Amino acid sequence: MDDATAVAQARAGDSEAFRLLVERHSRALFKLAYRMTGNEHDAEDVVQEAFLKAYRSLDRFEERSLVGSWLYRIAANCAFDVLRRRQRRDGRLESLDGEDAPEPQAEAPGPDRLALGGDVRRHLDAALERMSPRERAAFVLRHFEGRSVKEIEVALGMDTTAVKQSVCRAVRKAREVLLPLTGAVS
Amino acid sequence: MTHLSEDDLVLLHYGEEAGPDAEAHLAGCAECAERLKALARMLALAPSPDVPHRGEDYGARVWERLRPQLEVPEPRQKVVPMRPRLLPRAVSLLGLAAALVFAFLLGRRFPDQPQPLSAEVRERVLLVAVGDHLERSQMVLVELVNAPTGEAMNVSTQRALADELVSANRLYRQTAARSGEPALTAVLEELERVLVEVAAGPDALTPGDLAELQRRIESRGLLFRVRVIGSQVREREKELLPRAATSS
Repeated sequence: MDDATAVAQARAGDSEAFRLLVERHSRALFKLAYRMTGNEHDAEDVVQEAFLKAYRSLDRFEERSLVGSWLYRIAANCAFDVLRRRQRRDGRLESLDGEDAPEPQAEAPGPDRLALGGDVRRHLDAALERMSPRERAAFVLRHFEGRSVKEIEVALGMDTTAVKQSVCRAVRKAREVLLPLTGAVS
Repeated sequence: MTHLSEDDLVLLHYGEEAGPDAEAHLAGCAECAERLKALARMLALAPSPDVPHRGEDYGARVWERLRPQLEVPEPRQKVVPMRPRLLPRAVSLLGLAAALVFAFLLGRRFPDQPQPLSAEVRERVLLVAVGDHLERSQMVLVELVNAPTGEAMNVSTQRALADELVSANRLYRQTAARSGEPALTAVLEELERVLVEVAAGPDALTPGDLAELQRRIESRGLLFRVRVIGSQVREREKELLPRAATSS
């Protein structure tokens, strides 16, 4: 049974058809959710929440869309919500998410230590942690997931300018930790 | 000559529309072309996060956790032996947990609104429920940890109880996280992993499966941590008792 048929049957009340979609797409959604949240447990919650939302909005699924893309958008939006909740929970200022917010001071170690340590992943993780929810979500979707600005707009409910600004600001933060390493490897 | 901005270079790198005439400028400017190459080299260093492995059965496990929330009936072969008795209990347990959590959060969210119960009473009610939940979870863990090694074990009873506890655990964990309770959240997180594993597993464990499960529970001191946090919850519950009695 293909995805479109499964959606049609799930709409008609066939839970086994929806089960098929869950079994088919869970791993892809987990991967996306983990990349966006950086936390295994949050990623599990995102997968769960995304399918729950999808189930409740089966009637709104447009048949000309791809089911995988539809689920992907829902999961990306759920992960974005997790990032925003995390920011509120951590007590950071919402204004840091705004376009006029000052750039946080770099906390990354100096070039010498970076070059010696060579732990790119750890430092990139630190850079991701310093990004606002918008920046992190947009950067992950653009850089790791290869999604276009247009697709990110739809997934995160942001306009073109906001997505572009978020990607650019995120790259500046990533650059602070990655730039010293380009000399080390070139 | 005005060169391209950093943001223009980022957008060009990702194949997106940059500022006016950005592409034309790039075609004729060696300096900007070199900056774009340097940016590409830098971004090529950004590794994709290592995503924890999820096996082929992951989708099935997601479905098992999702199904109770969708109000989808259990598959027939699972219903016959135990569901008619357990399902109403599971639903009522989850309903109770959800109601408690909702009431607790409502009080936190709108602290100035008139409430039928004071914050202390609401917190105590939640603590009682969490304490009970931890005790029931302990029962599952104790039975698994104390099972004789080297033998197969029928865990249908423990599996059914774990299945009941998973959804409530998830609600309590999320509430604990939102309420800034890191120790409780961490224990509930770890507990949930084990409960999900037991609930989604087979009724009959092979000696190897059982040993692996016991190792997981023991290696992180989960049983001990559940006991400790359970007794702390009970202590807090007692501390709130006198105040709750006077403020309700």
